[in-house]
Amino acid sequence: MTPTTTSPAPGDGQPGGAHSDDSPLLDHATSRAVRRRSLHLLAELLRPRWRPLAWAGFLVVVGTLGQVAGPLLVQVGIDTALPALRDGDPGRLALVGGAYVVAAVLGGICAGAYVRAAAHVAQSVLLELRRRVFRHTQRLSLEFHESYTSGRVISRQTSDLEALRELFDGGLTGVVSSLMLMLFTGVALFYVDWRSGLVLVAAMLPAWLLTRWFQRRSQLYYRQQRTTSARLIVKFVETMTGMRAVQAFRREPTTQAAYSRLGEEYRDANLRIFGVNGRYQPGLVLIGNVTVTAALAYGGWRVVDGQLELGALVAVLLYVKRFFQPIQQLGMFYNALQSAVAALEKVSGLLAEEPTVVEPQHPTPLRHVRGEVRLDDVTFGYGKGPVVLPQLDLVIPAGQTVALVGSTGAGKSTLAKLVTRFYDASEGRVLLDGTDVRELASTDLRRAVVMVTQEAYLFSGSVRENIALGRPDATDAEVEAAARAVGVHDFVAGLPDGYDTEVNKRGGRVSAGQRQLLSFARAFLADPAVLVLDEATSSLDLPGERLVQRGLQTLLADRTALIIAHRLSTVAIADRVLVMEAGRIVEDGTPEELVAQQGRYAALDAAWQDSLV
Amino acid sequence: MAAMPSNPPERPVPAGSQLGTIASVLRLLPSVRPALPRLVAGLVASLGASLAALAIPRVLQRLVEGPLAQGVAEQDHAALLWPTLAVLGLGVTEAGLILLRRNLVMYPGTRVEAVLRTELFRHLQQLPPAFHDRWSGGQLLSRSMADLGLLRRWLVFGLLQLVVSVITIAVGVGILLATAGWLGLVYLAGAIPVTIIAFRFSRRYRVIARLSQDQSGDLANTVEESVHGIRVLKAFGRGDDALESFSGQAEELRRTEIRKAGNQATVTTSLQLIPELTLAVCLVLGVWLAADGHVTVGALVAFFLTAAVINGPVVDLGMTLSMTLNARTAVDRYFEVLETPNPLTDPADPEDLAAVDEGGGHVVLRDVSFRYDDAPAPVLDGVDLELPAGTTTALVGLTGSGKSTLAMLLPRLADVTAGAVEIDGHDVRDLRRHDLRRAIAVAFEDPTLFSTSVRDNILLGVDDDVPPERRERLLHEAVEVAQAGFVHDLPQGLDTRIGEEGLSLSGGQRQRLALARAVAARPRVLVLDDPLSALDVTTEEAVTARLREVLAGSTSLIIAHRPSTVALADRVAVLSEGRISAVGTHRELLASDDHYRYVIASLEKDWESGEHDHETEAVR
Repeated sequence: MTPTTTSPAPGDGQPGGAHSDDSPLLDHATSRAVRRRSLHLLAELLRPRWRPLAWAGFLVVVGTLGQVAGPLLVQVGIDTALPALRDGDPGRLALVGGAYVVAAVLGGICAGAYVRAAAHVAQSVLLELRRRVFRHTQRLSLEFHESYTSGRVISRQTSDLEALRELFDGGLTGVVSSLMLMLFTGVALFYVDWRSGLVLVAAMLPAWLLTRWFQRRSQLYYRQQRTTSARLIVKFVETMTGMRAVQAFRREPTTQAAYSRLGEEYRDANLRIFGVNGRYQPGLVLIGNVTVTAALAYGGWRVVDGQLELGALVAVLLYVKRFFQPIQQLGMFYNALQSAVAALEKVSGLLAEEPTVVEPQHPTPLRHVRGEVRLDDVTFGYGKGPVVLPQLDLVIPAGQTVALVGSTGAGKSTLAKLVTRFYDASEGRVLLDGTDVRELASTDLRRAVVMVTQEAYLFSGSVRENIALGRPDATDAEVEAAARAVGVHDFVAGLPDGYDTEVNKRGGRVSAGQRQLLSFARAFLADPAVLVLDEATSSLDLPGERLVQRGLQTLLADRTALIIAHRLSTVAIADRVLVMEAGRIVEDGTPEELVAQQGRYAALDAAWQDSLV
Repeated sequence: MAAMPSNPPERPVPAGSQLGTIASVLRLLPSVRPALPRLVAGLVASLGASLAALAIPRVLQRLVEGPLAQGVAEQDHAALLWPTLAVLGLGVTEAGLILLRRNLVMYPGTRVEAVLRTELFRHLQQLPPAFHDRWSGGQLLSRSMADLGLLRRWLVFGLLQLVVSVITIAVGVGILLATAGWLGLVYLAGAIPVTIIAFRFSRRYRVIARLSQDQSGDLANTVEESVHGIRVLKAFGRGDDALESFSGQAEELRRTEIRKAGNQATVTTSLQLIPELTLAVCLVLGVWLAADGHVTVGALVAFFLTAAVINGPVVDLGMTLSMTLNARTAVDRYFEVLETPNPLTDPADPEDLAAVDEGGGHVVLRDVSFRYDDAPAPVLDGVDLELPAGTTTALVGLTGSGKSTLAMLLPRLADVTAGAVEIDGHDVRDLRRHDLRRAIAVAFEDPTLFSTSVRDNILLGVDDDVPPERRERLLHEAVEVAQAGFVHDLPQGLDTRIGEEGLSLSGGQRQRLALARAVAARPRVLVLDDPLSALDVTTEEAVTARLREVLAGSTSLIIAHRPSTVALADRVAVLSEGRISAVGTHRELLASDDHYRYVIASLEKDWESGEHDHETEAVR
């Protein structure tokens, strides 16, 4: 048994894995686990940045001190410098004025520096998180990608990260200065009149209860918001990707209705958030104002009884009022934090997904690949689905060109995916030159084994860059040689900027056949020891196919190849043909032998010959 | 070397960049209008809340010094009652007004966002495929989500804050001028550099904000491609290169963001420093004036109290301003797409495609030319082709000869550059697009499947008002014709949700579903773009046999690369160098047409002789 066979299917078994995304209503335990995972990620991101964070905090403290100093200096100026000046001593005024200037400069510079420092921290956190999510997405197995829609991956990497950014942009700024102001004010209040201070402490209870209420609600609503926003993005991406089909089959009204509905759901989620926020914040203000009133009543009573100075009461009231002023900002921060944590829940869920195809801890080095492929008692089924390949044994000697034929669903592509390690065998081993592919570093394996599929995806960028994807360090001449080998050079040369022509979105202006040729050129350039072609020539016209075949004959002369093709013309260049049926190899031999056997291959071949001109 | 090449797509000159911020944002007016009363009411509530907040400390002070002091003098606890109630009343009013403002503003803010987003989607659905080829999905997505999100937050918070700040500052400065004489003038003098700095900041910040939003769009695009192209990246083990390229882009965005923050830092410093310095000057001047008796101490105190009230909004102005500019850029980016004119609209006075029971579907292409906007030469140049009703025509030509382009012209997914496409005597441009596309169904060479059930995917082209029994019949028939019986073996049969783009199905399976979809639509004209390319021989044979029966009634155009596909057709048209070079039956053309033989004949001896010419011809 290998680790991969026991590892659960994506999302299964782990609480709130990426696949439980769609439900904002998590049970208590899951909810806590998910939240902990999210906060853990946040802490992990912030921990190595504690120095710049502390620096930012320091700047806020100094900046706030500068700001607070102003009114004090005014008071000092009027109370002491003015009488001094009247007495003919301008020195004091100069001192106060100078101090004010220093405070102003310090406050201003620190405020600006804080903006810079905060941006540095925020952006470096974002960059790291972006890279992490991107890298992780690339690492995740195909199995994951086939069930987790691309729109959701995209939403994790765009709008969810955006929420985190808002935390830094909007929330963090106020929180330190708010806490500081509250602390200073609270201390001052206790100093002036500790009894009134107790009123303040009493007010903390309803504030805490309100915050708990807010926390529980907003957690739920922010989860809903992330879920609905992801759904909206999924719909958007899917519709834009399939726009031609949408228009050709007149689905615009239906799609529009569905999108509007999702848009409304997203809006409702936002409204609920605004709603809960719109009660939380005035709630805090109300608590603050009621506390002021209570302090006034209590203090006033004692003033009348002569237990408190009138002047002290004025100070008490102003302090209590001031204490609650920054609480709104604090509420805003808490709100931004809730939003970011909800987004991080989704992101950390994606990051918690384990690739089912794992890198070996101590990879076996692969040198001088000969290209012998061996399947040793391999059994495979997708996820928990039925077994597709039952106990397959197969040896492909180095340098042999093998064609795989058989009807759809016979397991040909599955076999190819095992050899290229897109999937791992459930049981048994796949060996390259006698080494289990699970023990090879993926860089080694991918250099040795390359697969060209029917789906020839082009990335935005130039034709050259797209071909060079096969081997990024290739020279221009090598790129061109690869293009010539598959017969696509003339087409490329005829493009407006030749090899530097940008292919449009999804290779828009390049026909399906040309796209396949370009992806063939990639494989030529990659020059692997083992080449796997999965219906890679289906969209080619016959002249194109003939060119490719001629190119293949030279290319495959000294390497191992596994060719899956529906058209037997491709099989012509094979040394050996395997006919597959329901996951088993039912015929195995050279094309000539199989034709002579009068079995399935012979029948296929006859049908093929009939279909020719 | 970038494995996943990142390139900023060519962007049209930003529409609206020459507009002022106010003019730019005013374009939202039609969408905002219904919400305007609430916004204005929210503004009033917001001003009221600010006033209440300002009033409370004053009222406290007055109360304590006035009625309360009197109460103390008279040892009367009852004297506390009224001041306490007044403070409570004000406090409740403040909280109430905030609650009111929040509730008033949240509906319009989210409403406008939702309306604009739906509007964008609607427009994007109208724009032809050519537009979508040009614009990357990531850029469109970032406009639809990130930009409109920015706008929502601005409408809910930024706009009100901006207005309240400006009013507060204006009123405050007015009071200072009216009451404090010289000191007021000095304070006003400080406002001049603040205004200049704010203005210059706006100009610079706007450019960076735009850059940053565009770069996020590009980043979103790279993300999208890395996910859609995951198989290729995995097959070649290029994940690390993709990551490197992505990191480069993300790093670029980070630098832009840092630059943006740098700008904001400068303005934050200025907006805090200048008013405070002005106050320092005012303090010295004020004390000096007071010492000389030009100003009373009371007036001096009042001056600083008011100035303190103004300084808050001035300091916040930097933040509010950048929020506004971000929103403005978002509006620009939004309208850039929304104001892209749709070249493919329904005619003002559409003709009706008369209902025909039998025999409809006569298609004529008259001297059709087509050139892509950005291409130097036309792809199709003078195509004349007639598809008589009820016949099946195969279209044969080399890869890249324009066959798929021609197929797009029939359902008007693109418009001819010159010439005309007619169906049953109507120019396709004189028909409603939906009527036309009901009559013409296409199975594309890239089968796009949507993440919904197999059933819905196949019945995509069947109107919703078709009775259920008939839908079921169409469904089953289509499945059978396309040899897509495998769908019954899926976990939930026809109700199985197939993955996005049908990725969990094999190429051949996807192609058969796309074929089934076109067949189920029961169109007058069926366009099949290389419909059997991914099928194995046996399946192809079975599909061919059934298709031939189905095609018997309707007009079809089949793009073919193989003789086996051509076998479906009554006649063959050869597309070469942008025009139809020959029309005839397969046998006739095989006998008479060199080019056709070269393109379609599989046997070596047939093409070896012709190949050389064609290769040289292709080099040209």
